[in-house]
Amino acid sequence: MRNGLLAAAIALLQCAAAYAGEQPVSLKHAPGHDVVENNCASCHSLDYPRTNAPFMDRKTWQAEVDKMINVFGAPIAPDEAKAIVDYLTKNYGTGS
Amino acid sequence: MKDHFAVYSEACKKVIMGLHRQIRPALTGDLHRAPMTGLSRRRLLQRAGTGVLALAWPGLDRRPAWSQERPALVPGLPAGVYDTAILDALPGKQPLIKLSYRPPNYETPVPYFKTAITPNDAFFVRYHLADIPDQIDPNSWRLRVAGEAAATPLQLTLDELQTGFEQVEIVAVCQCSGNRRGWSQPHVPGVQWGPGAMGNAVWRGVRLKDVLVKAGLRKEAIEIVVNGADGPVLDRTPDFVKSIPVWKALDENTIIAHRMNGQPLPHFNGFPARLILPGWTATYWMKHLITIEAVTKPFGGFWMKNAYRIPTRKFPIVEHFLSQMTDANEPITEMVVNSLIASPADGEQVRVGQPVEIAGIAWDAGYGIRRVEVSVDGGKIWQAVEPGPDLGRFAFRSWTYQFTPQTPGKHTISARASNAIGQTQAESLIFNPAGYHNNVVRPLTITAA
Repeated sequence: MRNGLLAAAIALLQCAAAYAGEQPVSLKHAPGHDVVENNCASCHSLDYPRTNAPFMDRKTWQAEVDKMINVFGAPIAPDEAKAIVDYLTKNYGTGS
Repeated sequence: MKDHFAVYSEACKKVIMGLHRQIRPALTGDLHRAPMTGLSRRRLLQRAGTGVLALAWPGLDRRPAWSQERPALVPGLPAGVYDTAILDALPGKQPLIKLSYRPPNYETPVPYFKTAITPNDAFFVRYHLADIPDQIDPNSWRLRVAGEAAATPLQLTLDELQTGFEQVEIVAVCQCSGNRRGWSQPHVPGVQWGPGAMGNAVWRGVRLKDVLVKAGLRKEAIEIVVNGADGPVLDRTPDFVKSIPVWKALDENTIIAHRMNGQPLPHFNGFPARLILPGWTATYWMKHLITIEAVTKPFGGFWMKNAYRIPTRKFPIVEHFLSQMTDANEPITEMVVNSLIASPADGEQVRVGQPVEIAGIAWDAGYGIRRVEVSVDGGKIWQAVEPGPDLGRFAFRSWTYQFTPQTPGKHTISARASNAIGQTQAESLIFNPAGYHNNVVRPLTITAA
């Protein structure tokens, strides 16, 4: 059993190496940071908000988040959606 | 090598599936309770891979964070691009400008456009959705050709595709609709491409027309719907599916390519087969092609009805996609006439009295480049360039211009292309919300000393 698990773990690491390449993309540590990571990173890496900055205002960020929920089906609760828009507008947008 | 990878990957999947339950808690922690419901299986595997790796053995990472190299980027992009873009090599690729890891969006650096043919390993990579097969087994790959307007549906193996039809070749530019989006003023949301979301290659394959005829295409067909093996992370996300008008599908230049510059397609450029629509933007050039459907009604998917659209009749476009057009907007179709200076780079230092070769490319939707001019005085005087070899009307046309700066200081260099139907690059941006069709003449500056 132990050998099996070890073999599996090694195989897993090898598989992971085959997939490797994506480095963690850090976002600014500010209120709402965790909500953004929790909700956004499962479908796309976080270089999207970083490169789409800082030209987007609240309305534009709101439209992006709405698109993720309504078109792409992201399961984001309304209070979390608001926190995400607040965070992105403040940290990766025009601020208002 | 390929077989080895196929076996290897299958073994990996079995192992991961076996460990599925054990992995999941660690995975959830690492992902900050990412929503697992609806997460597709392949995505889960990928997540398991990267997540566990990051926790267990950071030294295995291919490119350590501290060695991340900043690419030389063109000026004028959103500030965030300069903070974020790095040079990064996907498997089988040279280091390209990484704009996003997942889905992978990688731009070809400008110096590669000094030649008219773009190397496979430097060809740009663009995906919309992140559930991309880690590899596709060419032996089990099938292309299904069906739909209500196909009387004799069929399924093709790669071998049948390569031997059962006449093999044809065409040199054609594959350019992302959003190429140069990063230069939009004002900036618009999306992947913030500079000028390198494009490439030109020799594509070899079979005419889509021949495949459709074999599938018994009926005259009621109005559009051909195409899908690839890649898909969304969440089941609820609309899969990237596109349609093309039947007349374009039957064009003799529209092919299903299985070779690119004499080699199999790179995985990230659509292995084992992709659609080639010379003259039209790359949104229709479906990668990892697995289904072709002939339909009798306009296809209503998100990626046709809502995405990749331009304001109706705002651009000088000849070929329209009439069955998808509304009064307000229409699908993007043809590329607009354009050019790029590949050398020297913006900001380069040169010497007074020493010749500088200005080299670049020009292209359009296939009407043919008629004239390329260069100005070295900020657009006052324009001179004809020396054209390179003609690789066909859908290809990049390379060109050069010899310039010897006689005075010290800044010299502003521009290029401008015109085509055989009298179209010329725009003097000012035709703004549209998605940042498409940016063919504004774009000066760069070099300094002579």
